[in-house]
Amino acid sequence: MLEVEGLQVTYGGAVQALRGVTLRVPDGKVVAVLGSNGAGKTTLLRTISNTLKLHRGRVEAGTITFDGASLTGRDASAIVATGLVQVPEGRRIFSRLTVEENLRAGAMGNRDKSARAAAQTRVYDLFPVLAERRSQRGGLLSGGEQQMLAIGRALMAGPKLLLLDEPSLGLAPKIIGQIGQIIRDIHDQGTSVLLVEQNATMALQVADSAYVLDVGKVSLEGPANELAATDAVQRLYLGQAAGDETQVQQAAARSTKTLSRWTA
Amino acid sequence: MTTFLTLLLNGLSLGAIYALIALGFSVIFKASEVVSFMHGSLLLFGAYTIAQLNAEIGFLPAVALGVAATAGIGLLVERLLINRLRGTAVITLAILTIGVDIILVTELTRRIGSDILNVGHPWGGEFVRLGEVGITENRLYAMLTAVVLMGLFFVAFKFSSWGVAMRAAAEDGETAALMGIRRGRVSAVAWVVGAGLAAVAGLFLVGSPTPGVSPGVTSVALRAFPAAILGGLDSTGGAVIGGLIIGIAEALASGYQEQLLFLGRGFGDVVPYVVMILVLLVRPSGLFGTKELTRV
Repeated sequence: MLEVEGLQVTYGGAVQALRGVTLRVPDGKVVAVLGSNGAGKTTLLRTISNTLKLHRGRVEAGTITFDGASLTGRDASAIVATGLVQVPEGRRIFSRLTVEENLRAGAMGNRDKSARAAAQTRVYDLFPVLAERRSQRGGLLSGGEQQMLAIGRALMAGPKLLLLDEPSLGLAPKIIGQIGQIIRDIHDQGTSVLLVEQNATMALQVADSAYVLDVGKVSLEGPANELAATDAVQRLYLGQAAGDETQVQQAAARSTKTLSRWTA
Repeated sequence: MTTFLTLLLNGLSLGAIYALIALGFSVIFKASEVVSFMHGSLLLFGAYTIAQLNAEIGFLPAVALGVAATAGIGLLVERLLINRLRGTAVITLAILTIGVDIILVTELTRRIGSDILNVGHPWGGEFVRLGEVGITENRLYAMLTAVVLMGLFFVAFKFSSWGVAMRAAAEDGETAALMGIRRGRVSAVAWVVGAGLAAVAGLFLVGSPTPGVSPGVTSVALRAFPAAILGGLDSTGGAVIGGLIIGIAEALASGYQEQLLFLGRGFGDVVPYVVMILVLLVRPSGLFGTKELTRV
């Protein structure tokens, strides 16, 4: 479905953000891209959606094809029309617009009136809280609700492939679990998902397969459950290795204040 | 009291014309982040075209064509200059509009020469009396037209797809693009609307009590600037309120000139700027402007 081949991207002609990334999102699958800050995750999505030039970035080499058609050089809004829709990092909802207007804005690329109505029903079914708050301003929603609104807004365009950029960012653990469930629901309804995450635990639970990005390169790839079992991923992203435990204990011993567990 | 009410009413009608122009500034600024310094020439172009056509094809067709032609210039400037240079520093684009303004005004001044062209509105310069208070027929129609146009605008802005797209794009252009909103189209429509409103304002500005179409009309657009700024440049509602405030302040200052003589003659001409400065001292982003105009 989506094929990224040997993608190289630089910012300002100097900083290399992606150094030859190749990945595939097969039809009907959830694919996760893991990586720490600066690994190039967001750059990858910007390049696919072609908003790179707003950030002074440039594609040096490589191709992106979606359903067999090249996306290179196409306008961001034209890419939405092909069925590839991104939920940007940090939610970026329109805070001065109401929930309903946010959803309308998401449906701008969707010309078919009945498809728009169907998308709206789907969104309100997935997120009943949005239906309750439809006339409230987006800025008044909580963080979790804003993330739901951002996902719902993207679904209004009727995407074949949904790109999610760190949907867990800044959310409480309980809400992250909900978001993971929502991604699974969306996938079950027949939308493929490319999930970019730092939260490997959530991402690997949801995804079929995953890629690990490291300083602009794919360092690991494979089925999600296999990746979750590898040492490198456990140590770097899941924090389950033995070494971590002792570090945490040492850190706890050093600190004089104690913290009680925070619960939502 | 009668004097005061008369001045107030005339101020309101003048303010309604300013509001139309300021609304245009505000819409264009919201959609394309460009401050249009070419509104003066658009006013003049609109009024000139209508005056020229009126003699040949009658008043209403002339107005329709004149407004359409002015809107067309707005569209042309957006397509040929603003849209192609997107991503260039905003100040460059603003200066570009000054350039276009100078070209247009120079050409129009050459054509008008030293005459004062008469539009020949079907209404004359008569006064309408509402009780004790009087207003010229032209200004009365200006007020009514402005109310209707602004009503239409705000309904469209609130409910139409264009309105939603426009507000979304103004708040966060990149995300709007990710949602499939075509910023170029939103911006083009905004320029058409802004220029069209300027032409309508021009039509009424050159009617009684103003003598007719002369290049001096362009200076009126400069007085709508403080209106847009004091309302908050990115607030459409603020532009309308700002227009009315400036109009009333100007009418009162001119009307009570005798009492205000200690400030010198012609104080009415400066009043818009004085009001703007006073408002900005208290509210730096204007009455209804958002504090953060440029996102980091």
